[in-house]
Amino acid sequence: MNLRRDVFQAIAEPTRRAILLLLASQSMTAGAIAANFDTARPTVSRHLQILTECELLKQEQNGREIYYHINAQKMKEVADFIEPFRQMWDERFNKLEDVMKAYKSKK
Amino acid sequence: MEHKTKIDAEDGKQDLVITREFDLPLDLLFKAYVEPELVEQWMGTKVVKLESKKHGSYQFITTDPKGNEHGFNGTIHEFVPDEKITRTFEMENTGFPIQLEFLEFQKLTDDTSRLVIHIVYKSVTDRDNMLKLPFSYGINMAHNRLQEILNKLK
Repeated sequence: MNLRRDVFQAIAEPTRRAILLLLASQSMTAGAIAANFDTARPTVSRHLQILTECELLKQEQNGREIYYHINAQKMKEVADFIEPFRQMWDERFNKLEDVMKAYKSKK
Repeated sequence: MEHKTKIDAEDGKQDLVITREFDLPLDLLFKAYVEPELVEQWMGTKVVKLESKKHGSYQFITTDPKGNEHGFNGTIHEFVPDEKITRTFEMENTGFPIQLEFLEFQKLTDDTSRLVIHIVYKSVTDRDNMLKLPFSYGINMAHNRLQEILNKLK
């Protein structure tokens, strides 16, 4: 999975950014989050799923309710301007590793 | 969280160090930098010339998704198999000054190895511009919005 693309694409979408802004000051349930948008509930759920998958949000069970809150660590990592540079090299080296493993097994 | 690829770039300095550990024996890691067909595969570039020896030079042409060609070239100053490559690197027609790269290949175990690339730039600003390059590339907007959110988090 191309994590860089996914995380930045996640942030690039206006509704998802609005969700992150909403959760910046408090934890909320999916229902409470959806109530803030005109968007259909399943669409909001999908946004929450994407944000959770790229670790920008974390889920926490509280009784019967699931609360969403921001993963500050991940947000800071993405905000670090060196991070895309690191990921570019990381992806390049992952490719090198794959190419050389394939090369090795062919021999 | 520990990353496989690490970047050390101290504030106010004109160099940086990239460190990566590979799940590959040392000779295979080194080969990835020497064999033109392999370089082409992992770097996604066309190798026009690659003379892996002291006083040798190299020339790559990479085609971006829009079909534009970008040329890269440099001169090899030191070449010690399975140990080190010292070379210059130039991105043609970009205005970025030429940089100096020290590549050190280290054996960790029989199956693992480490690559340390020390890159020296002409100035602190040039280094910072290079660091920001992948970042500026199309994600500026997303980042500005992210900064708003982070400011709220503080």
